[in-house]
Parts: sequence; structure tokens; C-alpha cells
Amino acid sequence: MPAIDRTPDLRLVGSPEEPRDERLFRRMFFLRCFEEAVLDLFSEGLLNGTTHCCIGQEADCVGIAEHLTPGDHVFSNHRCHGHYLAHTGDAAGLLAEMTGRSDGVCGGVGGSQHLCAPGFKSNGVLGGTMPAAAGIALAQQLRGTGHLSVAFIGDGTLGEGVVYETLNIASLWRLPLFVVCEDNAWSQSTPKRLNMAGGLRERFEAFGIPTREIDTTDVLEIDHTAGEEIAAVRHAGSPRALVIQTYRLCHHSKSDDNRPLAEVESRWLLDPLRVHGVRLDGQRRGEIESEVRQGIGSLVECLRRAA
Amino acid sequence: MIFSRALGNTLRALLERDPRVILLGEDIADPYGGAFKVTRGLSTDFPDRVRTTPVSEAAITGIAAGLALEGFRPIVEVMFCDFTTLCFDQVLNHIAKYGAMYDHQVECPVILRTPAGGGRGYGPTHSQSLEKHFLGIPHLRVVAASLYLDPLTVFSQLLSQSEPVLYVEHKLLYPLSMVDAGGDDSPELLFGLDSGECGLPTVTISAVPRRECTVTVFAYGYGAVQAANAAWDLAIEEEIFAEILVPAQIAPVDWGPLERSVAVTRSLVTVEEGTAGWGWGSEVAAQVSRRFFGSLRRPVESVASARDVIPAARHLEQQRIPGAEAIAQAIREAAR
Repeated sequence: MPAIDRTPDLRLVGSPEEPRDERLFRRMFFLRCFEEAVLDLFSEGLLNGTTHCCIGQEADCVGIAEHLTPGDHVFSNHRCHGHYLAHTGDAAGLLAEMTGRSDGVCGGVGGSQHLCAPGFKSNGVLGGTMPAAAGIALAQQLRGTGHLSVAFIGDGTLGEGVVYETLNIASLWRLPLFVVCEDNAWSQSTPKRLNMAGGLRERFEAFGIPTREIDTTDVLEIDHTAGEEIAAVRHAGSPRALVIQTYRLCHHSKSDDNRPLAEVESRWLLDPLRVHGVRLDGQRRGEIESEVRQGIGSLVECLRRAA
Repeated sequence: MIFSRALGNTLRALLERDPRVILLGEDIADPYGGAFKVTRGLSTDFPDRVRTTPVSEAAITGIAAGLALEGFRPIVEVMFCDFTTLCFDQVLNHIAKYGAMYDHQVECPVILRTPAGGGRGYGPTHSQSLEKHFLGIPHLRVVAASLYLDPLTVFSQLLSQSEPVLYVEHKLLYPLSMVDAGGDDSPELLFGLDSGECGLPTVTISAVPRRECTVTVFAYGYGAVQAANAAWDLAIEEEIFAEILVPAQIAPVDWGPLERSVAVTRSLVTVEEGTAGWGWGSEVAAQVSRRFFGSLRRPVESVASARDVIPAARHLEQQRIPGAEAIAQAIREAAR
């Protein structure tokens, strides 16, 4: 089995010289195409186990990653492909991991939701990642690196008590922790109204953590807000939270979606690719989409041949 | 020197010589210095690296995990072993998994220290020995405090390796004097050290040389002290000769030292203070029965607490937790 090339493909991640509008679109489309390919491969029986896609939430992943630098750390959750790809560009390593290859991100042990790379980790037990992210922030504080630790959580994660233990300590010790709460309104199959009493933002503010809340799937708005918030964490060296009201356009894992069809369909109007895509010149957009499709296509083809 | 002082001195030595060491725990700062005073004086001298925390066992365990992933060597004090249940998810699903789950790209060498055991009348939720629930977790080492091995030796070894550790300190050891196994503290008993294969040794204690012993007793924590006392009394009063083996690491078990003893005595008693069944003694009995099938003189005997809550009242507590007489009786039976 030939080793895969894990060098990030510029057709997928774009280059720093590319106009920002185009690069943000390219990177979101990269995440989308990757996950669509993953779902296809599952249908074909080429992937084993389970997966949790972030289709519809790509703007969060891409917008946050824009502002992170080497030395920062991201702790993600079960829905981690987008965070991982936006942070590392390592599509080949992730797909190899999901196909169980020894040259995958974690040698095939981690699979879809337990990933590790320099400056990145994800784990599948929701709130339990929060204190680890805070511990990494404490390490950064003790070393005086000026770097920060990002924890991606969801609205469902807020049901677990360890989250609140961590928020308390992070605030008390002024840790450089940036909590990004992607509120996609559904915790697996359960709507927020059956899961959550009280306010969401207030949960962070109760611990004295400055919190911004934005209701958007527009990558430019997320990019802009994340830039301000991350700069504020770096400047003050203390925690902040960003709540992003978003929506998962795919099922929770592979074939489990009982949400009202009309609700899901209406949210496709706010598909981040659509929201941002209309800003691009049609021909240029087509070129980018074609390049990304070729990049993902050749990767899938390579792994399919090896399978 | 009493054990709690030896342990406090150990933590101080580690802080002095290794800048990666960080202590976290509830009420560990001065002037209180921890519920059992082990850390007294340390926060004054190392204010950034000895941190008292909110009552948040899961979070401080997880924060230690983050520190360890970044190259620090955190040591967490969990005020009572009973509260380790609140750390369990962090230990099982995070700390002990990271190394293997991420294909050994990272290490997470967190050390949790926790006072365990009864005998002080603290009742059902402050007296338990819950370590059996952590035995067998892949990539976790469970180590038991002992009067027979300098804690500095133990912690130096633990800091030289990369797996996470649960270090269980029986509360009744804190005020007892360390026993210098090579010194004059207990001239009556013979002490030996089997260095074994796991990096931490097993101490052997007996009144007569191994070849004259007819039973091996595998014990840790305060049970080891009780077993050593029983070995002396039984030797003097009844001419029953037992060899006590006190492993520093109780899981994974380092089988070499135990095999070397049981091969001679052909009889085994295990002693633990956790509740009976599904525990340390059960696993040791199963393994030793397999390894010595056909050559044991009698079935392995396991001494443990009753499968019940630990009452606060002294007379009721004594009925539930193995006492000196229960251990002596098990040794008598097994020595025949």
C-alpha cells in the first residue's frame, strides 16, 4: 500500500495570495466536498463505523481558523472534520484515518472523531474536552507564550457539568481560553427547547466571561467577529466566548434525522456556501469549485485504488 | 519520619528539582495545607505551581490533563478517594486514552494522589477504598503508598515514565513512621526488595527466610501494615510463617515477585480494603490459580471489606473493614 502524500493541497486550502473572499469560499467548499465524499464512501461501504459531518457549519470552522497561528491549540469534538481540515488542511491524513490506514492521522485508531495533529485534538465525550483545553491554556499562560487555546463545543455540550466547573476556573485564573459554542439548535435528535433552561449566553457571562453572540452563517461576519474576539483573548490573556447560532444541514451522524423537513429546507437558504458564494464572480466561483472537486476527487481515487 | 511528612518532603523535592511539576487540589494551599496536611508549606514557597482549586474534581483532573499534554507534570490531590468517581470520566475516556488513541503522538502523564480507606469514622462517603474501579483501565498505573518504600523513590520513578498514575494513600499511614527496610526500625522482621519488572519494587517481609514460609500474603496500603504485624505475631505465638509481599504498583501487577514467592509457599492470601469481589484479590486469585494450577496447596484466599457501605460508628465500621484478626485467620487457614 503506497504511502499517501499529506502535504496540504493548494487546490483545497488556497494560497495566502488569493483574494480573501475567494480563499474563504474555497476553504468552505473544500470542507463541504470532503464530507460529501465521506458520506458517499460510507454508502459504498468503503468506510467503517460512524461519522458526524458539519455540513452547514463550515463558516464557523473556516472563520475561526483564519485567526489562529502556530502555537495556538484547538480542542474539538465529535463533529471535528471541519475544524481539523480548516486548521491543518490535511485531507489526505483524515481520509486515510477514516479508511483505517496506518498512515492516517492516528494510524486508524482514532477514526472520524479522535484526531490529533500539532496544535489540534478532538475527542468524542463532549464536555470532557473543556478542562483539557483549559489546561492547555494554563500551560500557555505559565510559559508566557501569548498563544491561546480554543475549545469548540455545541449547545448540547452545555448539559454537562464539567463545562461549568471549567468556565469557573478559566475565569478565576484568567486563562487564555477561547470557547466557541456552535449552537445548531439540535442536540442529536433533541431540540434545544427540550434540553435547555435559561439563556445560553448567560451561562458564560455568569462566570464573568465576556461573550459575543452572532446569528449567522456568513463567513465574513464570523471571520470579522472571530478576529476581534481572538485578538481580545490574546491582548487580555483571559477567556472569552463566542456563541454562533448556526444550523446543521446534514443528519447528526449518518442516517439519523427526524427534524421537520420544512425546517431543514428553509435553512438551506442560509447555506454558508450560498450566502458567501453570491459575492464571487460566477466564473471564478466555478473555477474554484472545479479545482476543489478535482483535489478531493484525486484523493478519493488514490484511496479507492489502495483499498 | 512519619509517612505524611515523607510524602510532603517528596513533593517539595519534586517542585525544587523539576520545573514541570505543578500541584493542583482542593484546599491544598497554606495555611491549611490540604485536608491531611501533606502539602503544608508548599504553596508559600511555590505560589504559582501549587494551586488551590474550586471544588471541581472533574475540571482539575482535566486541567491536569491539558498541562500534561503540553509537557508539564501535574500532580492532583483528590481530597478523598470517594471523590475519584467525579474524576473517572477524565481518567478513563481522556487521560488514559490520549496516548494510544492518538497513535502515541502525545503523552498524558497525570498523577492523581488520593487519601483512601476507613478506620477514622468518616462514614459512607469519606472512608472508601475505590481503587478497584480503576484497576484494569488500559494504560493507567495504580500505585499504593507504603511505609516500606520511600515516596521519593516511588515518585522519581513515576516522573521518569509517561503513563498516568493513580496513587492511593491509605489515611491510616499518614501518622505512622516510615520503616527503613534495611535499618534497625524492625530488627525482628526480615525485609527484602524484589525489583521486579515494572520499574517499582515489591517489598518482602517475613519473620523467617522464604524457604521456611508456608504462605504468601499479597497486601498493600494499611492492609500491608496489618499483615506484617500478623506475620510477626503468628510467627512468635503460633509458629506460622508467612511471607508478606507489598507491591508498590498494584495494577498492572508485576507478577514476577509474586510468582517467586508463591512458587515456594504454594499458598496465597490477598488483602485489600475495597469491597469483596470483582476486585484486586479476585484478579490476583484468577491469575495465580492459572499460573500455579496443580501446584497450589489450597484455593487462594482473598480478604476484603464487606459488600456494604462503611458505617460511621466505630463498632459498625470495624465489622465491615478487614481487621487484624480477619487477616490472621486467613493466614492461619492458608498456611496449613
